[in-house]
Amino acid sequence: MLKIIKGGLQTTVQDLGRTGFQKYGVIASGAMDPFAHRTANLLVGNAEQEATLEIALAGPAIEFQEPAFIAICGADLSPTIDGVSVKRWRTLSVNKGSVLKFGAPRTGCRAYIAIAGGISVAPIMNSKSTYLRAGIGGFHGRALDAGDELPIGRIADEAIEALRKASDQEVDWQIPAPRYSAEPIVRLMRGRQFDLFNSTSQQRLFTEAFSVSTDSDRMGYRLEGPQLSLTEPKELISEAVAFGSIQVPADGNPIILLADRQTTGGYPKIGQIASVDLPLATQLKPGDRIRFKEITLEEAQTLFIEQEQQIRQLKVGIRLKMEE
Amino acid sequence: MGFSFSPLGDQAIVVEVGSEIKDTAQKDVRTISALLEASPPPWLIETIPAFTTVAVFYDPAKALYGTVKQELEELLRQTSVELTAAARTIEIPVCYGGEFGPDLEFVAEHNGLTPQQVIDIHTGGEYSVYMIGFAPGFPFIGGMSEKIAAPRRDSPRLRIPERTVGIAGMQTGVYPIETPGGWQLIGRTPLRLFRPEEEIPSLLRAGDKIVFTQITKSEYASWKEDGHAEDH
Repeated sequence: MLKIIKGGLQTTVQDLGRTGFQKYGVIASGAMDPFAHRTANLLVGNAEQEATLEIALAGPAIEFQEPAFIAICGADLSPTIDGVSVKRWRTLSVNKGSVLKFGAPRTGCRAYIAIAGGISVAPIMNSKSTYLRAGIGGFHGRALDAGDELPIGRIADEAIEALRKASDQEVDWQIPAPRYSAEPIVRLMRGRQFDLFNSTSQQRLFTEAFSVSTDSDRMGYRLEGPQLSLTEPKELISEAVAFGSIQVPADGNPIILLADRQTTGGYPKIGQIASVDLPLATQLKPGDRIRFKEITLEEAQTLFIEQEQQIRQLKVGIRLKMEE
Repeated sequence: MGFSFSPLGDQAIVVEVGSEIKDTAQKDVRTISALLEASPPPWLIETIPAFTTVAVFYDPAKALYGTVKQELEELLRQTSVELTAAARTIEIPVCYGGEFGPDLEFVAEHNGLTPQQVIDIHTGGEYSVYMIGFAPGFPFIGGMSEKIAAPRRDSPRLRIPERTVGIAGMQTGVYPIETPGGWQLIGRTPLRLFRPEEEIPSLLRAGDKIVFTQITKSEYASWKEDGHAEDH
């Protein structure tokens, strides 16, 4: 059991999202930084889709009421266990009674805490992800708060031995982590309605910086910068959107659609962020800046496959190390 | 029939069946979704059908865009297949006006009608569900009479309670969950449109026919109490 001493800004249970129900209008949700989420799970021997805790900027304080193995991946939010700084992107052993806390955000916005054995909450529509707006999934459909007690899963005795070994050693897992930055260059494909935008807008999209407005959350990031406009006004028929679609409402300020995006939208989509670069966008904080670089679909899919291979290698590497 | 294909990022392809909201386009969209569901290719993740498009999400580690497009083209040669399933008709009871429908008077005045005339026209229409999207279980409904059309509110309400029935322009709809919104609110149904605990979490599906019926406030209240809303 994990006892929440302080909830933090927004700590939610997330997995890789609610797949297969978008056709009923059900929002996908899931980890904003799927790479960090998956890696955290692998480092504690979980399946990569197991739920983790997603924390944002101001992290929670968590008391472990039983010994556990955890991994913290993603943003550097200055994690400490019993007051001692701990490393990210590796297996950590936590004693019964220890308290995990977070301090000042150094890089990025969201960190993921995976716990060996996973988080024991009931899946809704095959997913443990929290969808705050509808109050479903995760821990009673809401963010964690002081006093909550979060049940965690059991792990087999053999696994405990392996995890202990992994947490004792200073292993370099060679994790191909994204290069989080407060002004990243994010690779972008042309969106389905790219051609409807005037040439100035098309050009400015790939040459100028946009800043992340305070009106940004798990649903989407509203950007400020050059105004983007269509050659002529056009009414569009609502159609599907995806994680990382960039749509432009009539006011000309683009919005990046993220984990809690609606399933469909009627605004023109000027671009679509390459899947491998999504973490660079979702780790931005309000006030950070973002630039876009054009990439083709073929390049994006090649990068996607390369990253999947790297994750598979990491998985095998971790398993071998734990079995040594 | 001619379909066009284009990418929606590196994990989805959009099949476009037409450029206008029409029954034929809607039928093609349903056929494509049904074909994919009946024999899901190994690369298929999920689909999002809309008015004139079906977005097909796939795993690029299993098949790249070119392969997915080619396999879809082959699959869609079968779209001459007629859908055999008859459209369902779903009755949606609505308690119109009062606290549930604060804008009923506005819609009436805007169209030079009495509130009861608005209700009669709204319940007299034949509606069909074109797509589910935007919010969990939210139906895009076609078929409302232009006699009761009304513009959106100048400033949207911050909270519209779940199950509220509204009008925006030529459209009518029902909000499944509490959301902000600019629709003119004319009533509320005791039926839950979003049912997260059920295998199919949406009461309505694309292709459904809808009939609105008028109920009184006490019928509304007892509907809730006796659990009709749960198993209707």
